[in-house]
Amino acid sequence: MTSDAPSSGPPNGGDLSREIRRLEDDARVRVEAAATLDELRGVETEVLGRRSPLGLIRQRLGGLDPDERRTVGKELNAARQAIEALLTERRTVLEGAQRAERLLAERMDLTEVLPDVHPRAGHLHLVTQAIQELEDVFVGMGYTVAEGPEVESDWHNFGALNFPEHHPARDMYDTFYVEYGPPGSTLLRTHTSPVQIRVMTAGPPPYYCVVPGRCFRTDTPDATHMPVFHQLEALVVDRDITFADLAGTIDAFTKAYFGGDFASRLRPSYFPFTEPSAELDIRRPDGTWLELGGSGMVHPNVLRNCGVDPEEWQGFAFGFGVDRLAAARYGVADLRDLFTNDIRFLSQF
Amino acid sequence: MKVLLSWLRDFAPIDGDPVALGEQLSDLGMPVEQLDRLGEGLDGIVVARVLATRPHPDADRVHLVDVDAGGGEALQIVCGAFNMGPGDLVPLATVGTVMPDGLEIGRQKMRGEWSNGMLCSPRELGLGDDHRGILILPPGLTTGAPLTEALGIERDVLYDLEVNPNRPDAMSVAGVARDLAARLGLPFTLPEPAVEELPAERLGDVSVEILDPDLCGRFTARVLRGVTVGESDPLISRRLTLLGMRPINSLVDVSNYVMLELGQPNHPYDLAKVAGPGFRVRRARPGETIVTLDEIERQLSEDDLLVCDAKDAPVGIAGVMGGADTEIDASTTDVLLEMAWFLPIAVARTSRRLRLRSEASARFEKGTDPEVIELAHARFAELLASAGARLEAGIADERGELPERRPVRVRTSRLNRLLGTELDRDWIADLLAPIGFTPTPAGDDLDVTIPSWRYDSSTEIDVVEEAARMYGYERIGRTVPPTVHIGRLTGRQQQRRRLRSLLVGRGLSEAMPMPFLAPGDLERFGLPANGIEIANPLVAEESILRTSLLPGLVKALATNTARRNTGVGLWEIGQVVRRPSEATNGDANVLPDEREALGVALGGRDAADAVREWRAVAEVLDVASVDIINGAVPGLHPTRSARLVGPGGSEVGAVGEVDPNVLGDHGIDERVGWLEVDLDALARLPSLERIYRPVSAYPSSDIDLAFEIEDGVPATAVEATLRDAAGERLAALRLFDVYRGAGIAEGRRSLAWSLRLDAPDHTLTDAEVAELRRRCIEAVESAYPATLRG
Repeated sequence: MTSDAPSSGPPNGGDLSREIRRLEDDARVRVEAAATLDELRGVETEVLGRRSPLGLIRQRLGGLDPDERRTVGKELNAARQAIEALLTERRTVLEGAQRAERLLAERMDLTEVLPDVHPRAGHLHLVTQAIQELEDVFVGMGYTVAEGPEVESDWHNFGALNFPEHHPARDMYDTFYVEYGPPGSTLLRTHTSPVQIRVMTAGPPPYYCVVPGRCFRTDTPDATHMPVFHQLEALVVDRDITFADLAGTIDAFTKAYFGGDFASRLRPSYFPFTEPSAELDIRRPDGTWLELGGSGMVHPNVLRNCGVDPEEWQGFAFGFGVDRLAAARYGVADLRDLFTNDIRFLSQF
Repeated sequence: MKVLLSWLRDFAPIDGDPVALGEQLSDLGMPVEQLDRLGEGLDGIVVARVLATRPHPDADRVHLVDVDAGGGEALQIVCGAFNMGPGDLVPLATVGTVMPDGLEIGRQKMRGEWSNGMLCSPRELGLGDDHRGILILPPGLTTGAPLTEALGIERDVLYDLEVNPNRPDAMSVAGVARDLAARLGLPFTLPEPAVEELPAERLGDVSVEILDPDLCGRFTARVLRGVTVGESDPLISRRLTLLGMRPINSLVDVSNYVMLELGQPNHPYDLAKVAGPGFRVRRARPGETIVTLDEIERQLSEDDLLVCDAKDAPVGIAGVMGGADTEIDASTTDVLLEMAWFLPIAVARTSRRLRLRSEASARFEKGTDPEVIELAHARFAELLASAGARLEAGIADERGELPERRPVRVRTSRLNRLLGTELDRDWIADLLAPIGFTPTPAGDDLDVTIPSWRYDSSTEIDVVEEAARMYGYERIGRTVPPTVHIGRLTGRQQQRRRLRSLLVGRGLSEAMPMPFLAPGDLERFGLPANGIEIANPLVAEESILRTSLLPGLVKALATNTARRNTGVGLWEIGQVVRRPSEATNGDANVLPDEREALGVALGGRDAADAVREWRAVAEVLDVASVDIINGAVPGLHPTRSARLVGPGGSEVGAVGEVDPNVLGDHGIDERVGWLEVDLDALARLPSLERIYRPVSAYPSSDIDLAFEIEDGVPATAVEATLRDAAGERLAALRLFDVYRGAGIAEGRRSLAWSLRLDAPDHTLTDAEVAELRRRCIEAVESAYPATLRG
């Protein structure tokens, strides 16, 4: 109880009104003087709490006659509202100041951030990126992706693909043989084509598939050859697939993968497992040609070797090397760089 | 196969832009690998006579050559070749000449001495590949004359063509001309040689016997008399040189010329040296040997076919190379000329086994034309007539088994269905006839007789290809088959892609090491030496198929370390190959044990990091239950490694750190965390069935439990016990502290877990939480030597 709050005697309306005005002025000074939110909360309790002088005046209203009670009651409420507004205003100012202080303290220069100790993102190998992208193009064209072993039987790699034993055509494929089974029976696949055989012997036509994979040939490594490389080939066998479909599909693929300003060309060639056979060239926008790979209509003997009737079913296959494509896309001049696994190389793609 | 435009023109009036003709050749399936324009850029090159050679006062590698270029005055030339002497005639590129390669010759000082032009090698003149010295010209040329005039060099075009195995006809100039003429719509003619024949005299004695008719389809011999072996006609030696064969003497040169022109390999024997005279063509006997023309003794097998004399002594390996004993020489006057047809596959087999390739074998193994032999004999005699050769009438001619040449039915509908064309019967006939495929109408279809020069062709599809080739692939339309099929990746393929994305997302880069190992690599990596060897490796260091991804990735890290890149994290998904169990080994139908594996090598990080990688992999691959079983793993740090084991004890991989000794051997001085997973084995395990657990809307409660547990009890096992005990109330479980040391008994450690508990339909009461806590504690304490820490 403060000394300037009359505590006894019958209440007098005029006195109370003066008292309210004085208390309001006093509260205004104290609110303005509060320097922190904590202080402000203390002031709020002292000037508006139940036991504050204004609170006590409310208790004393009951002693006034009805008219005075109404008048003083209004004055009291007006004073309380004025003080609350002052408090709110002051709180906003203090909160703003507090936030400003915190923000200043938390200030960061985002140009000074140290790198991760370990790289945040790794990199997919150039060749894998190319294979995934190629797979996606073919999946979009309605193909599935087929796979097969890297160590293959002579029959899958050659025999079933219409390469007779000792046929000069085998010279086109410099083959790694492995010490397994009878000599010459087992080899590292020289192309992805043995997977054609695996697909066609696994179930009946039609086949719409694409085969990515690692292949092997006894090529001494140099800038444009590696003994280990990657191919991707497509196989389509259905009732009425034509050579025109082959040419059209290659064209569609060329535009989808390389871009609309690339074109394709087929030239007669020879592969034992296709007939008619064709070399597959891509014309770059600058008019130069890239010898991409081989293609042709699946040879009737290959279909027969897989138990598929060539009078009923026919189709095409085409394939090409992936590594050179992937390297060329980024201007990697030496294929050997693809396989040195130097992180400074790998992390560029 | 190289061909000269002028030589092609002997058979058809081929004309036009050389580049455009080259494109036609490519479009016919004979891609032009190189096109050389001959006789161009030789203006300004004259015949010069060497007067004297003198050392350069200030250089050893060059000397000074004084030449007379027709003016009678000595011109000083600085020259880097030393193969000329006074009196020799040499080509001189005079000052101002622009060479075929574009180089302009100027008067210049070389180390203080003036050079007034350049003496030229054959290669510099575009007259061959020889660049070992200056071209020494034949004597008798006029000094100062333009070289083109003096040598009669005409402008010509040399094409180097790639010939596919199915084009035996393209192994001859005439065959290439036939194809090109057909494409250009020009007449093609094989000239009839004009030969006057002597009456048969010696030929009557010549016997021919084919003992193995399956390997020799035809064997003929004719006699030429009165040959004077000397220098060849300049046209012949020039054409041979340009096509890459060295002129030797008139007889050998004609032999080669006929082979190049008509595709018929042939062998002239010295009639005097052939016993009989006569030939027996038979398989070699086991252990039989022959010394071939190149003076090498060859071991023969029963697969090899021999040409023997009448006394059965081998005089040549059929189709591959002649013997040394019957070789013609300068004294030869009478020639016994062999022309034959041998089974292609037999020649291929022998030439491959003996590693003996010749121009003859290259032709025989594609299949020569058995019916061009008469023409080839006559052509041989015609070309050798200037050397005095006279052909005796008659031919000793025996036939064995030749390919059947029954007409092939070619269905018009089939052809169009395959090609997507709409060609009618007569159109197809018109495409085929010019290349010798003789069509006879058979209703809507054709019966086609395949020419004798196309051994490769025997079936309908072969003829379809010829028709397509002559029609032009580029004229066939372009359509795309209707896509009514669903294209998609298999579950396994999608999983592989997710795995790749995960690893890349975790900051690891994909490596692609060579999948081959060096002998001893596996042992050095502490791995079992069960790798399959490559029978014919390129180098010993890459002669074994990898059984693990460990060596390749560690070597990749070693490469990076050596290049000052440490802390590198690499991974690979690739095939590993092992010799399977004894039971299947040796069965030709069973391939080795090949699996897809994942390898992760974490440079500068430890076994704990490797376990974290495994957990991430297991999460993304939906691995249901694979245990980490501590224990030594080959190649890994013996006290920081564990096997990954699925239900029933199936091994799916290993995790830990690479053995420090292995790292030391590779110059790596940081820890390397390692994870290898057999993805095939993993795929066979039941995978995690992901069933939605509704997310509770009610507040969860956390309890922490720290146990003192005996070493050797796997934390993962305790974790499984906790999961069981907490049951469906468990929302999350996390090991958050491991402690050994003060306050914990020796041989034990403290493991502390935090469990978050909730219920889908209410807030757990204190009593429920207390009950779950009690159950968890009791489960752990009863299952293991473990006590709750106070």
